[in-house]
Order: sequence, then structure tokens, then C-alpha cells
Amino acid sequence: MLLVLEQCLNGLQFGLLLFLLAAGLTLVFGIMDLVNLAHGSLYMVGAYFAATFTAWTGSFVAGAVLALGAALIVGMAVEVIAMRRLYGRDHLDQVLGTFGLILFFNELVRIVWGPAGLSLPLPAWLSAWIEILPGLDYPTYRIAIIVTALAVALLLYLLVMRTRLGMLIRAGASNREMTGALGVNISLLYTLVFGLGAALAALAGLMQAPIQTVQIGMGENILFLAFVVIIIGGIGSIRGAFIAAIMVGLIDTLGRAFLPDLMGLIMSSRGASQVAPALSSMLIYVLMMIVLVVRPAGLFPVSIK
Amino acid sequence: MTEWFTLRNIVVVGLLIVLALVPVYVSIGGNTFLMTLFTRIVILAMAATSLNLILGYGGMVSFGHAVYLGVGGYAIGILAHEGVASGFLQWPIAIGASALLALVVGALSLRTRGLYFIMITFAFAQLVYYFGVGLERYGADDGLTIYRRSQFAGVLDLSNRAVFYYLCLLLLVGTIYLVWRLVNSRFGLVIQGSRSNDRRMQAIGFPTFRYRLTGFVIAGAICGLAGALLANHTEFISPATMHWTRSGDLIVMVVLGGMASSFGPLIGAVTLLVLEELLPAIIRLLAFPFLDPPMAVKISEYWPIVLGPLFLLVVLFARGGMNGLLEGARRD
Repeated sequence: MLLVLEQCLNGLQFGLLLFLLAAGLTLVFGIMDLVNLAHGSLYMVGAYFAATFTAWTGSFVAGAVLALGAALIVGMAVEVIAMRRLYGRDHLDQVLGTFGLILFFNELVRIVWGPAGLSLPLPAWLSAWIEILPGLDYPTYRIAIIVTALAVALLLYLLVMRTRLGMLIRAGASNREMTGALGVNISLLYTLVFGLGAALAALAGLMQAPIQTVQIGMGENILFLAFVVIIIGGIGSIRGAFIAAIMVGLIDTLGRAFLPDLMGLIMSSRGASQVAPALSSMLIYVLMMIVLVVRPAGLFPVSIK
Repeated sequence: MTEWFTLRNIVVVGLLIVLALVPVYVSIGGNTFLMTLFTRIVILAMAATSLNLILGYGGMVSFGHAVYLGVGGYAIGILAHEGVASGFLQWPIAIGASALLALVVGALSLRTRGLYFIMITFAFAQLVYYFGVGLERYGADDGLTIYRRSQFAGVLDLSNRAVFYYLCLLLLVGTIYLVWRLVNSRFGLVIQGSRSNDRRMQAIGFPTFRYRLTGFVIAGAICGLAGALLANHTEFISPATMHWTRSGDLIVMVVLGGMASSFGPLIGAVTLLVLEELLPAIIRLLAFPFLDPPMAVKISEYWPIVLGPLFLLVVLFARGGMNGLLEGARRD
């Protein structure tokens, strides 16, 4: 029972990370109507920045803050140089163009940091375990991820729904021309939104970095999970992305943890150990297909502008 | 349309002549790598042409088209593994299995639109990919070696590389012709009409879902045949054949070459695959005057950093891909 609880917490933590990535993706798609495959590259760049800056400053927190700032700048630069020219284009053009950017970023990282991966060591105060329930020890760092991601989700909600900037963002999403005609600098607004999405992706990347290795291509597999999340949630809906991210995180984690044993009940353990990993990788795609067959525009469809 | 001596037509005819002469050149020069490369190009061009039917003309962006390459290939591999070597049996099964899968995928996916359609076809491709990974009897992740190419006793000897190459080329030209005939038929016009405005097509009485599904199945079946060719070419099949990056490559070929044009996918396939081989050499050549040789060689290993922005430039400045560039016309 404790094991199930522990895996649920892991699933929640993974889901929240996915949400950070998916939030930027769904903001950029919902507001600028841009399919950005290179979003995963910003996730990767965030992790590399964090590893480098942490090594420089000797402090994990300082490294993380610097990395977020750097990712924000990189994101805004990418928007000004490339992305802005892709708004209003066919989605396929955007897919090809941003696919080109993935190749570019992967090679750039290979040139700057070399082909071998980096590791991002945790400070002592984060690598401890604490007893959250009698008999259940849980890593401090994973709790820190959950708390940080929840706080960021709340801040994002407040930013979009309760501030003047958020109001402008929503106005720009629903009618670009009219907002521009009222004297709002739309292109600056879009640059800011893109930078914000980049920083969220980088935050997800740098928080995942101490758990996995920092390596080239780390953004691509998780990017597809983020796409699955925004599809299930309904494109453009942050609330949908939040709920779908936690669903996907839980199902993926629990599937990987318990499917081998469940399969072992109905077939030989050797067969189960062969089939279960493939089957658990399938689970979230099955979930997405069921959602799409029943509700072709996701769980929380955003009304057409 | 009356003008025949356009730059585009000259390039296409030149390309076809070059493709036809590859085995002759190889038999003189003895460069078998060139033969392997071009067989691959021709087969993937055929897959890209089939994708163009639904993506370019039908507006159905399937992000899982490589799955039919895999299914066609696995049909050959599994039958060969089980002792059925006759191509007369293998190839129809490869085509039929791909068509059947396309029917199921299409029937469930075509209800959705836009990014949702892209992602649901992607999800089906991932399912089949992981199914391949789980096929323990047939090599799972490591794949399956095919010890004998398909046997067409008394008709064709596929172990002869030149014969096999010309068969692939013939099938490619046949595919391009078939797609051209299809899109200019009533059927093709309905599909293209549905790309522009599906609701209006339905309003004037066309059951567009059936038309689109038929197009989807035809594209899947052709790609399954390409998969059968690919498996015979590499004498090997593994889940990697249907990895999503391969589906992405096929989309790149179509968009790069020029969507909704007969020869665009061929031009795109040749450009992409030849560039991948040539870019390191080009970078080396350009860098030699400025850098010492080891450094120039090292730099040339980073060729994707040039390829990536090149895609972006094609998207930004060449609407209609290479085909549009060669026609010199801005379509839209």
C-alpha cells in the first residue's frame, strides 16, 4: 500500500513537470497559433545552462535562477529571429521549420558542451530523505519539485487571470488586430509570452536534470508526452493541460511500476517482463486515442475564436 | 500548362535520366555504395509519394506514415522467417496488411482535424512501434534478419542488385503515375475539394469521409509495398523502421520537395538523402582554405547545424518547396 502511495507521488511529480512543459506549449499554440517542436530544445538548453551555472557558482539555487534568466533570453531571441516569421503560416511549415531548429540546437549543444552528457549534483540539503508517513521515506528533492511546480502553476493562473499583462495576453489571443488597434504592442507581447514559455520549459528541464542525465535529445521524447497532454486537455486550455498532465504522469508512472506484476498474474513471469515495458509505453497513447475518439477536441475544448 | 521547357521539367527529366543510369555508372565504376544509396532513395521517394497523396492533396497530415513501411517490411520478414519465400504470396500480404491497418487507423482518426489528427496518427504509429518492440518471437527490439529476398521463380531474380533497382524505379514511376491519375480523377477532385472546404463538399452532397478514407487506405497500401521493397533491400526489419523520426523524414521529404505536386516528393527525397551524404564533404571543401585539415574534418561532423536552418529557409522563402522554387511561381 505504501508502495502504491509512493508511486502515486512519483506520478504526481512527473505529471507536474509535464505540466510546466505543456503550459508553455499550449500558451504558444493557443495565443500565437504556432506548433513549436523546438519547445523540447528549450527544455534541454535549460538543463545544460543549470548544470553549467551550478558548476560556476557552486550553488544549485543560484545556478537555477541564472539558467532561467538565460533561457528567457534565448527564448525571446529565438522568437525575434525565427518564430515570428512563422506566425500565420501553415502548421506543416511550422513543423518543418521548428524541426530544423531542433537539429540546429542539438548540434549547437554538441559543439558547446561536447557529445558526452553532464550531471547536475544536488546540494546536501536537497538530497536527503524525509519520513512523510510512518514507514514511508520520500526524497526531499521530489517534494521540492512538487511544491515548486504547484507554486508556479498557481502563479501562472494568477498571472493570466488576475493581472493586466494576463488580460492583454488573453485579449491578444482572442482578437489580435483589435488589441493592436487599441495601442497594445502585440509583437512585444508575443515575444514576452514566448520567453515565458521558454522559461517554463527550462524550469522543467533543470528540475528533471538531477534525476536523469543532462544529454542531447533529452527534450524530444518528453516533448511528445507534452503534446499528448495538450491534446488530451484541449489545445490552448491551461486548466485542461494541468488535469491531463497529472493524468498522464500518474498513468505512465503507475503503468511502469505495476504492469509487470499485473501481467505476471495472467502469463509467465518471463513473458510478462518482455511484454510489460512495451505495453506500459503504449498506455498513454491508448488513453489519448480513447479521449480523441470520444471527444475529438480534447477534454476541455477552447471555443473557436 | 502548354509550356514544356520549364526549368522544373528539365530538372525532373534530368533526375529521371540520372536515376535510370545509376546501375550503368555503378557497373563501370564499381561503386556499390552509390547503388545502395540510390535504391534507398528510390524506395523512400515511393513512400513519400504515397504520403503526398493524403498530405499534399488531401490535407491529411499523417505523422505516422512510416508505420506502413514497417508493416510491409514485417510481413516480408515474418513470412520469410516462417518459411514462406514466394514473393507472389509475400507481396500481396504486405500490401493487404498495410491497407487493413490504414483502414482501421483512418476510420478512427479521420473524425479529428488539424493538430488532433497529427497527434492521433502519431499515437497509432507509437502503438504499432511498441507492438514491434514486444514481438519477442521476431527479434523484438533487435529486429529480424531476412536470409532470402522474396522469390519470384522464373520471373525476376531480386538478388541481382541491378534488377532489384530497376524494379524499384519502375514501381516508383508507376506510383507517381497512379497518384497523378488519381488526383486528376473525380475521386481526386473530391479529396482536394475536401481539403479546401470539407463542409461545403458535404453540403453539395459528397460523403467526403468515405473518399478521404479511401485515399488514406490507398496511401497506406502503396507505402506497405515500399516497405516490402525496403525489407528486401536491407534484408533486415526492425521496429526502428517505423520510429517516429522516419515518419518525420517522410513529411520533410514531401514539404521540402513540394506538397501537392507530382514529382515534389521525389525531388524532396533525393535532396534530403543526398544532402545528408554530401553536406560533410561540402563543409570540408569550404573550410579547407581557412583551417588546417583535422579541424576542417572535425567541423564537417557538425553538418546538421547547417541542415536545420536550411529547412527553416526553405519554409520561409520557398513556398511550395523545391518544386515551387523551380517553377519560379508563388503558389497559394
